[in-house]
Amino acid sequence: MVRTAYTKEEIMHILSVIPDPEIPAVSIYEMGMLRDVVISDKGYEIVITPTYSGCPAMSIIAQDIKMTLEAGGITPVTVKLVYDPAWTTDWMSAGAKEKLRKYGIAPPLHSSCAQDVFADNIIECPRCQSDDTVLLSRFGSTACKSLYKCNNCKEPFEYFKCH
Amino acid sequence: MTEEQAIYNYCLRMGDNSLIQSYRLSEWCSNAPILEEDLALTNFALDMIGRAQAMLAYAGKIEGKGRTDDDLAYRRSERQYYNHLIMELPNGDFAKTIARLLFTATYEFYLFTDLQRSADPTIAAIAAKTVKEVKYHMAHAGDWVLRLGDGTEESHNRIQKAINKLWMYTGELFETDETDAILADKNIAVDLALVKAKWTAHITGVLKEATLSVPEDEYMQTGGRKGVHTEHLGHILSEMQYLQRAYPEAIW
Repeated sequence: MVRTAYTKEEIMHILSVIPDPEIPAVSIYEMGMLRDVVISDKGYEIVITPTYSGCPAMSIIAQDIKMTLEAGGITPVTVKLVYDPAWTTDWMSAGAKEKLRKYGIAPPLHSSCAQDVFADNIIECPRCQSDDTVLLSRFGSTACKSLYKCNNCKEPFEYFKCH
Repeated sequence: MTEEQAIYNYCLRMGDNSLIQSYRLSEWCSNAPILEEDLALTNFALDMIGRAQAMLAYAGKIEGKGRTDDDLAYRRSERQYYNHLIMELPNGDFAKTIARLLFTATYEFYLFTDLQRSADPTIAAIAAKTVKEVKYHMAHAGDWVLRLGDGTEESHNRIQKAINKLWMYTGELFETDETDAILADKNIAVDLALVKAKWTAHITGVLKEATLSVPEDEYMQTGGRKGVHTEHLGHILSEMQYLQRAYPEAIW
């Protein structure tokens, strides 16, 4: 029998497995990009927010959401992009930050460090936990990251900027 | 002019400014002096594309004729673009690109800081997002102006020359017309006189610290906000809009 009604929690649970297309180690839910599910007689509206306004992953995320729900017979689905409140790295769960670290990306410090965008924060190496690291480039492969090098284990790594 | 028309104009201008500036910064991709700079400038360009999409999508929604952000970007001609002239000028050397970025990012930082309190919730939300990003653009440009100005004789001369050349395009950033007046009245738009005061103070501070001189306000270029552009915008659009013009309705 096909179920015709789902609760918000059930939908959230189904969507919580969708990975961030650029950092597949964490899900869009853990990243804080999945904001809300609005259920009405028009169907299911999924509310998402971008990390940075030019985030190129948004259309892929919207597509993944539709495909995931439609595969479970959950229709019709619309995806709404909102900017308010503006995404912050503070919405990342502690678990998500730990997953980032294991994936080789130094997790963001608290967003208060974004007040002075070029402050010299001490960023711990995600591989050997050394504090002896040096900034290579303030901008990296995606808008949300910068590049560092560890002087202890000599490995380069990415740091997820606090935002 | 109705309030809706004014919001449409206002968002179109902000969208056009982001889009055209983004186009220019994208031209640095694989051409910047160092790899780190390549990443920085194209990261900024990406932020601006996102902002342009948000602004143009909202303008299209307000207009109510079913035009999307892509329609507005790819199906308008030169005279229907309302970006400031400074955005469309060729990149020139690295110093000129950095000087422009200092002028525009500082303007955007103060503009969007105030727009976070706009009575229009969509504009306020886009502004809050933008402020977080444009902070980086402003700090990055300021950093380079210091290094170039207080660097070698060659770098000092180049950045000073760029600042002097671009100065006459900064007056337009603070021009106001009926659109601004209608929206300022409703607390949707910001008071550009206040933005100008903060802009001038910041720019003067950075230039002085960089041992550079602040140009005198003399003749200021104008026209972009009325759709009258330099010869450079047409060239940008002919490349940017080529695909949609050659194959209308083509989708990705």
